[in-house]
Amino acid sequence: MEIVQQIVFVVALAATGWYITKRIQLISRAIRLGRSENRTDHADERLKTMLLVAFGQKKMFNNPLVGVMHFVIYAGFLIVNIEVLEIILDGVLGTHRLFAPFIAPVYPFLIGVFEILAVGVLTVCVVFLCRRFIVKVSRFQPERHREMTRWPRTDAAVILIAEILLMIAFLTWNASDSVLRDRGVGHYAALQGIVPDFLISQYLKPLFINFSDTALIGYERSAWWFHILGIMAFAVYVTYSKHLHIALGFPNVYFSDLKPKGEIQNMPEITKEVQLSLGLPVTTGTDSSQTDDNGQQPAEIGRFGAKDVQDLKWINLMNAYSCTECGRCTAACPANITGKKLSPRKIMMDTRDRLEEIQQGWKTNGYDYKDDKSLLNDYITAEELNACTTCQACVNACPININPLDIILQLRRYRVMEESQAPASWNAMFSNIENNMAPWKFSPSDRFNWADQVNEVK
Amino acid sequence: MPTETNYKVPTMADMAAAGEEPEILFWVGCAGSFDDRYKRVTIAFVRILNHVGIKFAVLGTEESCTGDPARRAGNEFLFQMQAVSNIQVLNGYNVKKIVTACPHCFNTLKNEYPELGGTYEVIHHSQFLQSLINEGRIKVKDGQSFKGRKITFHDSCYLGRANKVYEAPRDVLEALDADLVEMKRVKANGLCCGAGGGQYFKEPESGKKDVNVERTEEALGTGADTIAVACPFCMTMMSDGVKNKNREDSVRVYDIAELIAQKEGL
Repeated sequence: MEIVQQIVFVVALAATGWYITKRIQLISRAIRLGRSENRTDHADERLKTMLLVAFGQKKMFNNPLVGVMHFVIYAGFLIVNIEVLEIILDGVLGTHRLFAPFIAPVYPFLIGVFEILAVGVLTVCVVFLCRRFIVKVSRFQPERHREMTRWPRTDAAVILIAEILLMIAFLTWNASDSVLRDRGVGHYAALQGIVPDFLISQYLKPLFINFSDTALIGYERSAWWFHILGIMAFAVYVTYSKHLHIALGFPNVYFSDLKPKGEIQNMPEITKEVQLSLGLPVTTGTDSSQTDDNGQQPAEIGRFGAKDVQDLKWINLMNAYSCTECGRCTAACPANITGKKLSPRKIMMDTRDRLEEIQQGWKTNGYDYKDDKSLLNDYITAEELNACTTCQACVNACPININPLDIILQLRRYRVMEESQAPASWNAMFSNIENNMAPWKFSPSDRFNWADQVNEVK
Repeated sequence: MPTETNYKVPTMADMAAAGEEPEILFWVGCAGSFDDRYKRVTIAFVRILNHVGIKFAVLGTEESCTGDPARRAGNEFLFQMQAVSNIQVLNGYNVKKIVTACPHCFNTLKNEYPELGGTYEVIHHSQFLQSLINEGRIKVKDGQSFKGRKITFHDSCYLGRANKVYEAPRDVLEALDADLVEMKRVKANGLCCGAGGGQYFKEPESGKKDVNVERTEEALGTGADTIAVACPFCMTMMSDGVKNKNREDSVRVYDIAELIAQKEGL
């Protein structure tokens, strides 16, 4: 019987590992669709940012209460995983609480800490479900945000409920295990005198006092299997879910922008044309951000700006996979606040959805497959792009330094420079700058006329 | 009001002809040059520069749009045409230090010109005024009294979030001895006036409300009688917002340089 459980466990573990590896390869391939850009500069500053913003969750604490609650889930996730190590080894080796005899003095303390965190995670998940579905925090509501219907809404509920169930399984497993130990049933008796009652689960023991030994073993095993298989299933699920931020959040912050938020990235391929047209010596070619991995300039210039995900930079695509759809960006967006169609969160979700669509194409038609759709128009409309004030509130709001504005600007560049599709009044502004050196139709020779009034008493 | 009416506005060309170099170039910007309302800010700032005796110059007719609205609207080619030409002019005059009253010019000159060959020390007029106050070169004289008046400051995105200049304009306002009241969304969380990213030059997309009205309502909610701004676009948007709310009789929108000029009696 033991050996059957071990075999099942090893098979489940191997299958999960294999499947997740496949998923990682696919997602990584999707991210590498983006244009190359070197983001390994300033390693010290990047590391510092990652420690502060990702590990320290600095920006989550802009709302201290939510910050603390999210930190509980985060810490719970990280630390309870230490216990998962023992569970996995038990599963593979057919042992029961493998570590307990070796670290007997601290074992109950450790499990106590895990149990406190488990209760914390459970409580916060309930609160988060309430915020979403009962208190109805605005940024999560489909009535207000069209990107939050169907799958994204279900996804959020699935994750929170799954975490609650996993924590219940963990706590009741400990409780039922303690009761079996007390009764001295089979191998459970071996823990007598080594493992005492645990901090929280001791209070759950009364739930099991009326269970027969067989029923209790049944519950203990079920809870143990539900917990560990649940974790494996959750790990697979995460790769399809908005919840992928638990993994990608860290590299995403590490590779995030270090420049001032107001600085828009230069296009060196245009500088060359500008210098040529002004009869100046061409000076570009040294910009490291535009060179590929070998330090070479790309051989051919792609399109100006971005029409589809391939035209964006890889970091934009990693941003899309890291987004957990919390909507802080959208809640801070002046366009969205005043009822315009633009939602920075939708920009990120659209980018990921487009990548997922391309992956589906790969599956059925091979990696060379190209469909006739694009991020621009099929997902993101001109009306959305044209509503952006480039105020960077979305960039500032994102707890993991995602930059929706960068995508918006690249799509705008494509519309303006490749398709000449700027709104008419922008075209007028462009021609004024070109002809009158100002965005308005004033004569450049009148530019200094203001100085005539400097001595007029107001 | 002042009897002194001998304010001077030297140009770089004049200075170069006289073999001189100014301490600082005042980059006026398009709004500061052409917009009737913002010309008053330019004049107020020039009067302050004269008053404290700083050796400054402007480019006059040699100045040209930095290209900020073109770049943000997506016209990178036009932006770079403007930038590269401007850098030719600035480098030609060996400009080292620039002050400007426009956060958009400030951001572009400071952050976006270096990669195209134009590297200068660029400061916003709020920072410049702050240092003048700190150095005691602007002394808080009698001028107009601000005692008991409520002022709220509206952060410009390209000064605040873009470049993290939050305290300089507030320090300048503190010097007025007025009552500085803050809106709910300030500093890094400040709400845009609605003009950035080329919005100033087009009709807003359809929605429930205009951004400037949303922001003006918040500003009016503080009970301030003066909305202080530090950006020409914010100036227009907030002034329009106040008009939209029919409060132009009781609430005024001023640039921080105008308030200092009033205080100084300039």
